[in-house]
Amino acid sequence: MSEQDVLNPKHMPHNPEKATLEGKNKFMGFWFFLGGEAVLFASLFGTYLALKDATNGGKSSEELFGLELVFIMTMLLLTSSLTSVYAMYHMKNNDFKKMQLWLGITVVLGLGFLGFEIYEFYHYIHEYEFTMRSSAFGSAFYTLVGFHGGHVVFGLLWIVTLMVRNAKRGLNLYNAPKFYIASLYWHFIDVVWVFIFTVVYLMGVL
Amino acid sequence: MADKVSGTAAQLEFEKQKRKEEMKQQVITFALMIIFTIIAFAMVLSELDKLFVIPILLVLAAIQVGFQLYYFMHMSHKGHELPALMFYGGVFAAFITILALLVLVWW
Repeated sequence: MSEQDVLNPKHMPHNPEKATLEGKNKFMGFWFFLGGEAVLFASLFGTYLALKDATNGGKSSEELFGLELVFIMTMLLLTSSLTSVYAMYHMKNNDFKKMQLWLGITVVLGLGFLGFEIYEFYHYIHEYEFTMRSSAFGSAFYTLVGFHGGHVVFGLLWIVTLMVRNAKRGLNLYNAPKFYIASLYWHFIDVVWVFIFTVVYLMGVL
Repeated sequence: MADKVSGTAAQLEFEKQKRKEEMKQQVITFALMIIFTIIAFAMVLSELDKLFVIPILLVLAAIQVGFQLYYFMHMSHKGHELPALMFYGGVFAAFITILALLVLVWW
């Protein structure tokens, strides 16, 4: 059998993302990476918590944050997490078109989230002159939330690239692990956001 | 070939049904996460005592993250022992990091 036949079997296995050695390795390696990501975000959270009252005479978190926007952003990201679960559901049923559709919805929701975040930062900078250089609080806030936003940007680019690159190929054992890993990354972005909206925004206005 | 019966129609149908059941669970998980989020926001707006609200917020966040990891990211499935070990290793280091940074500014 040629490589093409091996990667495009007549019957897709139940877990196409872990059917090949490469897929298994990717799956394992990615979870290791997520452990490292957890430490990375922890140092940013720890820095934020340590410096959040160092406002340098500027506005405090109570005066800055508005919960309406954060609530909408949370709902968008949480829903996008569910839509990527749907995408993986269709991947396991070997339905490539539906998987692409749900990934597309995930991307749209992610873009919505990103749009609100950019608006939020723009608002803080122009209305309150609250920037990265204003105070230690400002630096810690923009680094933590901005780093998360950067993960959203990267996740969106990742998913879109996979969708475009594989549009004509269809689903096979070569790209199934790639889609699966990208969706894990997307869920992890929501995991971090749960802590951001709790620790930064909700605890910030209390 | 006993383990390769997956090709038969009945087996495929069974697997498909199983995935469908799981998808239903995922939607229920999602609904619970939405409810927890709403509770968290409502607690903050309720003007209850800070020391009462904060622990509840953290517990709600921890539950949501658990849902995300075990259902959405399928950690409840078989074959996640090593990933769980490495991930929780990371979480452990993460916990120490936050603790250290907070203790530094405690006094």
